[in-house]
Amino acid sequence: MRISKSPWLLHYDGSSCNGCDIEVLAATTPRFDVERFGIINTGNPRHADIFLCTGGVNSQNKDVVRQIYDQMPDPKVVLACGICACDGGIFKDCYNIMGGTDTVIPVDVYVPGCAVRPEALIDGVVKALKLLDEKAEKMKRGEYKSLTSAEYEAARRQDAAEEKNNA
Amino acid sequence: MTMIGMIAVIIYLVISPLIACLISGVDRVVTARMQGRKGPKLMQPWYDIVKLFAKEATSVNDMQKILVMAHCFFAIFSGAVFFAGGDILLVLFALTMAEVFLVLAAYSVNAAYSELGAQRELLQMMAYEPMTLLTAVGFYLSTGSFKVEDIIKTDIPLIIKMPGFFIGFCFILVIKMRKSPFDLATSHHAHQEVIKGLTGDLSGPVYGFSELAELYEEVLMLGIVGLFFVTSDPLSLAGAAAAIIIVMFCMSLTDNIFPRVKWEGMLKAAWIVTFFAGGANLVVLSLLNR
Repeated sequence: MRISKSPWLLHYDGSSCNGCDIEVLAATTPRFDVERFGIINTGNPRHADIFLCTGGVNSQNKDVVRQIYDQMPDPKVVLACGICACDGGIFKDCYNIMGGTDTVIPVDVYVPGCAVRPEALIDGVVKALKLLDEKAEKMKRGEYKSLTSAEYEAARRQDAAEEKNNA
Repeated sequence: MTMIGMIAVIIYLVISPLIACLISGVDRVVTARMQGRKGPKLMQPWYDIVKLFAKEATSVNDMQKILVMAHCFFAIFSGAVFFAGGDILLVLFALTMAEVFLVLAAYSVNAAYSELGAQRELLQMMAYEPMTLLTAVGFYLSTGSFKVEDIIKTDIPLIIKMPGFFIGFCFILVIKMRKSPFDLATSHHAHQEVIKGLTGDLSGPVYGFSELAELYEEVLMLGIVGLFFVTSDPLSLAGAAAAIIIVMFCMSLTDNIFPRVKWEGMLKAAWIVTFFAGGANLVVLSLLNR
């Protein structure tokens, strides 16, 4: 059985203008009936498989995003929903904005848009489901373990240092 | 234990999860249709539980794992005793024990939402325990025995002698099956006030075990509903099955008509129903027995 038959979602608002949040929440209301696909909007990182993050990450909530990510058991997939979550968007140059979601945790699927369109969001989730199955397969063979947020941070620092040296 | 009892236990142990998944699957589809949606696939609860066991095994502490396992064990044990024809009091006490282990598991992680969930679970137990015990007493008063194997030897369906107990039991069944109230710790509704409370800090296979226990528990509770209809005539089993289906449908309906019952309401309503439906039936049965 494929793990993607029962994907449970978790949605967190980084620091978006709420446009993307409204789209994400609207897509999970009974009107669109995502339960058809076995999707449940959990609100609990320990039960979630897919992490939908909207808005850029700011210096106050970066630890929250990290903790949510670390609490999710493997296999897990992170979706950056909307252009702000992809790279900071219109808030990119604000003093408190770190940038996109991938400045603090590894992101698997980037879904652009301002606000993110439901079609794009569904497309992103479909991609995420494929990734989820692949990761589950690899995990079964013992070949996969996702990075913790701390490991990711260290890797990013190392990359930045190498880039500086090369320059 | 008789041969038939042994076979019943083996059947219970092997196919309960599948049957319970099918029942909850049908329930989810029926609920969705009542809300004008298509709803999930029929075996969705099965996919969910298989997924949970495929996930990474993490737990907050070792104690939590042990307590959840104990919860699962006692839930299965109480069902096994029931289907073996054992003492219904033992069944209910073992079931309470199972719940207590789950509450302890929630307390062991020392997290705010788990603790709040555990408190609400205790309130929930306070709401339904009197009725479950009264039901056992009712079976004793109508048949002269607490043993399930003696209770099913009755000539007339017990529902005729125990309508009040039946109403009371069906009422608490809504709570016990985690349908209503919506703000209970592990309510099935997509409600996030206490972030799944009790089971909030369980993840992967550990959460899977608590879900598995719930499936066994579901079959046991429906078994007790069936006990109201089973007689010495084997054909009555069909009647019991029909009654279980009707009760399940009424539960979905109640849940959809009263989607916003809160735990305060549950406590009051459950005790009032217990007192009037269960209590009145108890008095009548005692008078009849004199």
